[in-house]
Amino acid sequence: MNPFSSGTRLRDMIRAIRASKTAAEERAVVRKECAAIRAAINENDQDYRHRNLAKLMFIHMLGYPTHFGQMECLKLIASPGFPEKRIGYLGLMLLLDERQEVLMLVTNSLKQDLNHTNQYIVGLALCALGNICSAEMARDLAPEVERLLQFRDPNIRKKAALCSIRIIKKVPDLAENFINSATALLREKHHGVLITGVQLCTDLCKISPEALEHVRKKCTDVLVRTLRDLANSPYSPEYDIAGITDPFLHIRLLKLLRVLGEGDADASDSMNDILAQVATKTESNKVAGNAILYECVQTIMSIEDNGGLRVLAINSLGRFLSNRDNNIRYVALNMLMKAVTADGQAVQRHRATILECVKDSDASIRKRALELVYVLVNETNVKPLAKELIDYLEVSENDFRGDLTAKICSIVSKFSPEKIWYIDQMLKVLSEAGNYVKDEVWHALIVVITNATELHGYTVRALYRAFQTSAEQESLVRVTVWCIGEYGDLLVNNVGMLDIEDPITVTESDAVDVLEIAIKRHESDLTTKAMALVALLKLSSRFPSCSERIKEIIVQFKGNLMLELQQRAIEFNSILAKHQNIRSTLVERMPVLDEATFIGRKAGSLPGAASTTTMPSVGIPNGEAKPAAPLIDLLDLSSDDAPAPSSSGGDLLHDLLGVDLSPAPQQSGAGQPSKSGTDVLLDLLSVGSPAQSSSSTVDILSSNTNGKSPVSPLDDISSLSLSSRANSNAGAAPMMDLLDGFGPSPSKENNGPVYPSITAYESSSLRLTFSFSKQPGNPETTNIQATFTNLSSTVYTDFVFQAAVPKFLQLHLDPASSNTLPAAGNGSVTQSLKVTNSQHGKKNLVMRIRIAYKLNGKDTLEEGQINNFPREL
Amino acid sequence: MIHFVLLISRQGKVRLTKWYSPYSQKERSKVIRELSSEILSRGPKLCNFVEWRGFKVVYKRYASLYFCICNDQDDNELETLSIIHHYVETLDRYFGSVCELDLIFNFHKAYFILDEILLAGEMQETSKRTTLRLIAAQEELLEAAKEEASSLSSIIAQATK
Repeated sequence: MNPFSSGTRLRDMIRAIRASKTAAEERAVVRKECAAIRAAINENDQDYRHRNLAKLMFIHMLGYPTHFGQMECLKLIASPGFPEKRIGYLGLMLLLDERQEVLMLVTNSLKQDLNHTNQYIVGLALCALGNICSAEMARDLAPEVERLLQFRDPNIRKKAALCSIRIIKKVPDLAENFINSATALLREKHHGVLITGVQLCTDLCKISPEALEHVRKKCTDVLVRTLRDLANSPYSPEYDIAGITDPFLHIRLLKLLRVLGEGDADASDSMNDILAQVATKTESNKVAGNAILYECVQTIMSIEDNGGLRVLAINSLGRFLSNRDNNIRYVALNMLMKAVTADGQAVQRHRATILECVKDSDASIRKRALELVYVLVNETNVKPLAKELIDYLEVSENDFRGDLTAKICSIVSKFSPEKIWYIDQMLKVLSEAGNYVKDEVWHALIVVITNATELHGYTVRALYRAFQTSAEQESLVRVTVWCIGEYGDLLVNNVGMLDIEDPITVTESDAVDVLEIAIKRHESDLTTKAMALVALLKLSSRFPSCSERIKEIIVQFKGNLMLELQQRAIEFNSILAKHQNIRSTLVERMPVLDEATFIGRKAGSLPGAASTTTMPSVGIPNGEAKPAAPLIDLLDLSSDDAPAPSSSGGDLLHDLLGVDLSPAPQQSGAGQPSKSGTDVLLDLLSVGSPAQSSSSTVDILSSNTNGKSPVSPLDDISSLSLSSRANSNAGAAPMMDLLDGFGPSPSKENNGPVYPSITAYESSSLRLTFSFSKQPGNPETTNIQATFTNLSSTVYTDFVFQAAVPKFLQLHLDPASSNTLPAAGNGSVTQSLKVTNSQHGKKNLVMRIRIAYKLNGKDTLEEGQINNFPREL
Repeated sequence: MIHFVLLISRQGKVRLTKWYSPYSQKERSKVIRELSSEILSRGPKLCNFVEWRGFKVVYKRYASLYFCICNDQDDNELETLSIIHHYVETLDRYFGSVCELDLIFNFHKAYFILDEILLAGEMQETSKRTTLRLIAAQEELLEAAKEEASSLSSIIAQATK
């Protein structure tokens, strides 16, 4: 037994590791030590087991794997001596976590140690149990812990109390066993036991309503008295922190009182006096005092209303807010956030100070303050607040701009008093932080712009000016490009000048310059460039003087590497070259976009967002008669291959502009209009398309652009679908989708998403279609109505339909309406299915089917697999 | 409730980790990595709170060491600061003006002291004197065990001579 035989001492190992100059050197030392420890483990070396484990813990902290030492912890815990147990339990808590199976093996040792005669060993076991016990262990060892709550030594009682918290959190059913012994702890004098008892009661009350009732009735007065004694206690050196006796106990008592007072007027009443005393008398020049004040304010704000106390509380928060210590200000902002709901007016008084905090140099404070400002904004103060925030945007740090921009956009659109103000503010945001603006924000802006007819000229001129200085902001460029495309003539001719505007002279070629810059700027992304191409096409008819130049620009893009741009350029070029007669009608100004539809689409694109009011809506009163905007959906043939209307993402403007950047459509090319993602309209007009088709399209267009006298949108839709069906030989399904997608849109918000029917299976003899519905509030379950149609000329008898689904689905089949299927489509058999998708949102439905029937008395069997279910079922 | 306690040196070395909520070993190292980069990069004048994954991390720097405690969102941050200070003062009394080296070479003692102050993520003892008394009592037990062992081994040594 040579003490120097098995490796180095712990201290020497740490020295060696610290002496390593490089990471490689350190790794070498660790590897050597680990090898020695492994060897010792294999030899079952008992003398140095605890030293080895201590080394392993150090190695573990450096981030090296140490799983091989886990069993050593268990062996040490099982050994009889205190030193071994102590280091064994420490290792257990450090090297293992509650999810490891190994932990189960320790339950027995724990049980023995909880009953040990040495109280320090009992303490070790309680500590380990409290820190890492799993639900199973909690169940097994709860009786021991319960018994230890009455142990003679207070140091064991306090450990047992905290252990009980862990146990009732893991197994809430055990809570009621602890109620009596926990409330007994509240009468203790020993601070350690008292504070742990208070914490145990707090957690009990949160878990079990029964415990809450009990503690509220029996202990409120005791707790109030304890807090009063504590607050008035003379100086006691053992617990004193900055002149306050045991602030931790103060805080825990206040916390428990808060739980008891919430929702109970009597309990709240009985604690009013002591709360007022703590709130007024506590010294607030040290952290500890402020911590108590903070807790006290929180309690006052949560318990049942007492007007006077709340004023007191919010005033102390005001004092916090003007404190120079960042920590205190942070806490104040945090608390004011909670106070807003209780007393908004009182918080409004501190608005100016809060606004200053948005500009703080500390990111945590900025974030809190911004959130607070956001809830403080209302119709009356939106103008000054938005101005402050936008001014600050100019100097804010880059990583804060995203948040700030989103919040500004949201408050501006939510509370804007008039359109011109909204447009002004949005232009400022776009010019300052256009790169941080989300797509739906500038989409919403465009919708508002189109609705503000009298402001078109003003807006496009303002955008033109902003573009001159802030051309690097992507979304500003996009909005500018769109507006110049639409309202370029107003820009050039200074139409609709407002009094507040400075006169500006823009020539036609200046306007085209903007578009050329936008399209040639190499930072512009595909969407911007595509939008610029559309705008150029529009200007070509509005500015005849520039049409040659525009044509040249477009021609340059005929060879673009981006398929989308190339295709557009080629199509537009052919419009310019061959279809002069229809060009002007084609590029008519967009009809006014319907705000309601836009908002509805946004809501519809987010399943689960039932009410539209939660969305950042553009809530601007709009006096004009708005024609429904069928064009939006007309052009929206670019939805995905699985044409669920709700999957089109609410990307209204993309649809409008026919910019569909999903990769799928690009593969199909221009030859299959209804399937390809590009604009059907343009495809109809593309090279060599029959004249008849273009004229029909023109009809639709013109009827829509005259849409101010609303034409039934469905008529338009159907005429388009007819014409394109005639031309393009498209399959029936997408056309159906077009109608499906549009038809229900007014009522869509109420009924949740609507799914298009599919032809699930089709053979020469039989067709099976599925239509879908969902019950609101149960997105996992889909009701499917299956309809079978006989395509042959013979009646099918003994008709049986069977279906099978993978494990993540559950299928319920109702009986079929009949077992005889009439011939030649003269009637059908229907059958209801109910499918529950346990992986809803992750996996799509699939189904294997088998259809058996007798044809002229002969058994026939058809089988198939259905993969074309709409997504999101 | 406290979810974990971390001690990180200015250089990003971990000096102590204590987990009160279940984090797998993999998550633990990820948490440490994320937090140490976030906290070490903060300037000296900023507030001591970092919002992180829906939790609140309260940290305080003492000389070269950062003491970090991860709390629930609605816990009292100022109290957590006081807990950190309470722990540091206890360490200070135990080691006698504690420095990082003390905590490196006697890391297990730092753990033992922490285990007397916090348990199950809650405050266990608010008196430094009681904490130190309990630690001292346990060290006496260790000494007694050591003496017993050495006297035993000397008896064995004599017997086998």
